[in-house]
Amino acid sequence: MLDSLAIMLAIVIPTILATLAVGWWFRASNRRARYRPDFVYSGRLELIVWSIPALVIFFLGGIAWISAHKLDPAQPLPSKAPVIEVQVVSLDWKWLFIYPNQSIASVNRLVIPAGVPFHLRITSASVFNVFFVPRLGSEIYSMYGMITQLTLEANRPGVYFGLSAHFSGDGFPGMTFDVHAVPAAQFTRWVARARSVGPTLDRRAYQSLLQQSENVSPYTYRAVQPGLFDAIVRGELPPGPGPKPATATTTTSKEYPGHVG
Amino acid sequence: MWGKLSLQAIPLHEPIALIAGGTVFAALGAILIWVALKGYIPYLWREWITSVDHKRIGIMYVLLALVMLLRGFSDALMMRAQQAVAFQAPGFLPPEHYDQIFTAHGTIMIFFVAMPLVIGLMNFVVPLQLGVRDVAFPTLNSVGFWLTAAGALLVNLSLVVGEFARTGWLAFPPLSEITYSPGVGVDYYLWSLQISGIGTLMTGINMVTTILKVRAPGMSYMRMPIFCWTSLASSLLIVAAFPVLTATLGMLLLDRYAGFHFFTNLAGGNAMMFMNLIWAWGHPEVYILALPAFGVFSEVVPTFSGKALFGRRSVVMATMGICILSFTVWLHHFFTMGAGGDVNGFFGIASMIIAVPTGVKVFNWLFTMYGGRVRYDTPMLWSIAFMVTFVIGGMTGVLLASPAADFLLHNSLFLVAHFHNVIIGAVLFGGFAGYAYWFPKAFGFRLDETLGKAAFWCWLIGFYVAFGPLYVLGFEGMTRRMQHYDRPEWHPWLLLAGAGALIILCGIALQIAQLAVSIRNRAQLRDATGDPWDGRSLEWATLSPPPAFNFAVLPLVAGPDPHWDFKERAREPNHPSREEPVYEPIEMPRNSATGFVTAFLAVVTGFSLIWHIWWAVILGLSGAYATFVVFAWRDLADTVIPAGEVARLDHASRATRVAALTAEVLR
Amino acid sequence: MSSQVLRAPPVSYPDYRVAHATNASQASGHGAGGPAPKRIVVGYGFWIFLLSDVILFSALFASYAVLFKNTAGGPTARQLFDLRNVAIETGCLLASTFACGMASLAVARRSLKWTQIALLITGFLGLAFVLLEAREFAGLVAHGAGPTRSAFLSSFFTLVGCHGAHVTSGLIWLATMMAQFRAKGFREDIRLRFLCFTLFWHALDIIWVAIFSLVYLVGTLPPQMLP
Repeated sequence: MLDSLAIMLAIVIPTILATLAVGWWFRASNRRARYRPDFVYSGRLELIVWSIPALVIFFLGGIAWISAHKLDPAQPLPSKAPVIEVQVVSLDWKWLFIYPNQSIASVNRLVIPAGVPFHLRITSASVFNVFFVPRLGSEIYSMYGMITQLTLEANRPGVYFGLSAHFSGDGFPGMTFDVHAVPAAQFTRWVARARSVGPTLDRRAYQSLLQQSENVSPYTYRAVQPGLFDAIVRGELPPGPGPKPATATTTTSKEYPGHVG
Repeated sequence: MWGKLSLQAIPLHEPIALIAGGTVFAALGAILIWVALKGYIPYLWREWITSVDHKRIGIMYVLLALVMLLRGFSDALMMRAQQAVAFQAPGFLPPEHYDQIFTAHGTIMIFFVAMPLVIGLMNFVVPLQLGVRDVAFPTLNSVGFWLTAAGALLVNLSLVVGEFARTGWLAFPPLSEITYSPGVGVDYYLWSLQISGIGTLMTGINMVTTILKVRAPGMSYMRMPIFCWTSLASSLLIVAAFPVLTATLGMLLLDRYAGFHFFTNLAGGNAMMFMNLIWAWGHPEVYILALPAFGVFSEVVPTFSGKALFGRRSVVMATMGICILSFTVWLHHFFTMGAGGDVNGFFGIASMIIAVPTGVKVFNWLFTMYGGRVRYDTPMLWSIAFMVTFVIGGMTGVLLASPAADFLLHNSLFLVAHFHNVIIGAVLFGGFAGYAYWFPKAFGFRLDETLGKAAFWCWLIGFYVAFGPLYVLGFEGMTRRMQHYDRPEWHPWLLLAGAGALIILCGIALQIAQLAVSIRNRAQLRDATGDPWDGRSLEWATLSPPPAFNFAVLPLVAGPDPHWDFKERAREPNHPSREEPVYEPIEMPRNSATGFVTAFLAVVTGFSLIWHIWWAVILGLSGAYATFVVFAWRDLADTVIPAGEVARLDHASRATRVAALTAEVLR
Repeated sequence: MSSQVLRAPPVSYPDYRVAHATNASQASGHGAGGPAPKRIVVGYGFWIFLLSDVILFSALFASYAVLFKNTAGGPTARQLFDLRNVAIETGCLLASTFACGMASLAVARRSLKWTQIALLITGFLGLAFVLLEAREFAGLVAHGAGPTRSAFLSSFFTLVGCHGAHVTSGLIWLATMMAQFRAKGFREDIRLRFLCFTLFWHALDIIWVAIFSLVYLVGTLPPQMLP
């Protein structure tokens, strides 16, 4: 992106400077400037003025085409280690991460081993959201009844900030999550610990997840009903029910709860 | 009996909205009472409300836009204030209120500020520049304006009765479906846009017909002013794009009201289809706004440079090229929806291609100034600012047009900064330039220059201070529409952006002051010649303000810039004495209350649809039909101004202007 | 203060000579003959409106195409559409358009009697179309195939129903035109309005051709022939 910016600045900055320079030199009070009222057409200038932007766009278009393919969210990343599979469901207003191969799930926190690609299959339980971890890679929509895919990799261990990048309702600003990229051994330990304590994610637990809530502190599920994600996508489980009829809004936090749990 | 309407609709739990709305309506009521007591109502009714004169309608459109700018900007100030303080804190606007504010901000700015501003300028200027008496369908013009005003009224009613949508200005499903937005907010949004959308479509049809079929003798296509070309392109886009908006919002209405399944999550609905349809309208919409602004600059820059527009033909071709290309780029609004490399790549390239004709025009304006004698009155200041600002905004647009870049920047504050950059840089600066440029023509006196320049600098500096930080925030990962946030690195930038908004507020205050001072000093600022800027096109060949019939005798046009040519010929030493033109009686369309009554019924119908008061809906629709029949039944459509009267008025106008010109020569 | 205008103002006042003695149009086809006569302007403007209406229908056609397969386990096009009914509806609408053409001829001849007769026939045939369509819709709803059943049915009812709503509005317009002819005769503005009505009526025919081809005929093709 920076090279695209540089190429365009090579046109934009001279244009802006020329505008200001011409505007300054040919100001009416400048008697030294030559008044040329007949300078209203020049084929040569037109040719230059059309062809330079056209060539630049041609070039940038090529870059855009190539990068649109290479960086497409669904493109897999090369890897020696087996890719971690994660199934993502955006709910109102939290993120559910299911690890089908580890049979655990996590809410609002994605823990993955650093240096290993993880493949996300993403859907939504209700309205559109966009899964986005700015430091790691592309945004991708989450939509009910559909699966979008994204493969990411955290090269270095650390905590990466994630959020939804598509407004989804009153609880939207609280819909942030953390990506913890940890060494492989620590990841195994985390999985084991998650399996040992916590609720089970079955259909009933999922139904309660569907109810609107916000600023949810991260927690994990020790077990996940197999095929739950696919059942969600196929519509065997209902979508989020929306706001409760009594009030058209959810409770708002009068006191700021402090989000990162 | 009253549908869903009850006393609970008054938003007591949102005191800010209630107080704001209540104050505005109270102020409006006070003004109305003052007007009535002073006896101005008959004048207003006769000369403005029932007027079908394009000049009056154009002025009312611009007035509507400027008033709604105050409302839209108040929303912006609240948003900036909330984001400045809501760092690890809830701020002073709870989410359900904040969400209405940003939705209203976008909706009002696009539909009730930018559109009326641009349409108002088109309405006022195009018939004058074409050398004709009015648009093709004057009464339709009035109906279109009043329907737009009706839509604006409905949006503002939501402040005090009920709530507004909380979905963002394009109300994407599934969030905007009845399941997730059960209140009346989205219905307010939908009905007010449907009503004003009909008005806009009427304008589009009117303008296309006028520009293509109603021009002065001798005005072939290449002799038309560029502002008329851009108005034509914009109006063609309106005719082609607004029906898509009507259909799409109609489908959402059917989902919400009748349980249809166009965009629902269940029963096979497809919310992605809404994205495609709405942006198939939405992208042409931004060119509907931008093209007339380019037209304004194509008039202002040559006039204030004392030089004809450089490369006229290529500017026309670029305009029509943009018109067509604007239909080929819509998917760039949702690259991240997962369409794949081929589709994303195609639309990315198309979006870059459309930047070429847009950018090339900047060079046409630049070379127009080259070799000219540039005078820096306020309209020219806005033009230079536009050329710099829009180029930056366009550059960020080309950056976003690359899908790979957009994958990181979609919906971020970088995007918000980009579109404000281009819309404020082009549409708003163009609107302000046009406002200052044609104000003397409309009212007969100029605007105060000092205050105009001061307002300009506040706007320019304020804009960069308010939106520059947003570019940075986009790169730092901040997304749009956040009512609160936790990241400390975002906070200082948002404070800076808030400061920028306050600087813009100064600019707006100065513009209000400018108007008040200019009205007060109108005697000194009087434009008696009708041509205060040494203009080039036909509108400057009339008195300021022009008589109702614009031209006593339609001018014969022999080239582009006909008024300039007339003046050049008049300078020739052996110029033959002027022949007395042959005056004929002039038929002018009669005033009509059709527009106002239709709009009133539209408000009643819209409000009743929102609140499910079905008997009132039927009443409103029947009333609309009755209004149409009453209009169709009238026997007298025109009044005739006899030739003698035309001659007298024309002689008087010439005498005034000759006297003014002579005075200027002597000075 | 404003900047100085630097050129000397003209010595005498510019003149605007008109080449001909009147303001009437000398339309040469390139738009340079002055404003076009009212008949052309009104017809042209109405055409532009009709084109915008075609775009409205295009959006509905597009959504129908997208949602065609989204039957949500409910009935499909093949199971629902009655081609015989569609054929009768088509016959009514086409005959109605023919009668409208006859009415145009009667108006050109300034014959009030034949105008009203032809318009009455136009109206009855149009009404027959609307009633047949309403019956079809009611039948579908009664069989649990209403617009709320699936996205496919929502888009079907909306597309076909929008056309039916246009026809209904046209019938109200037609009745108004008949009343106007009776009350005011064949004044020019009434004839211009009638010209717009005939354009509208013919355009609805064209849309119907698209509907019965793309919706009904394509919809009842065997599945292996569908795209």
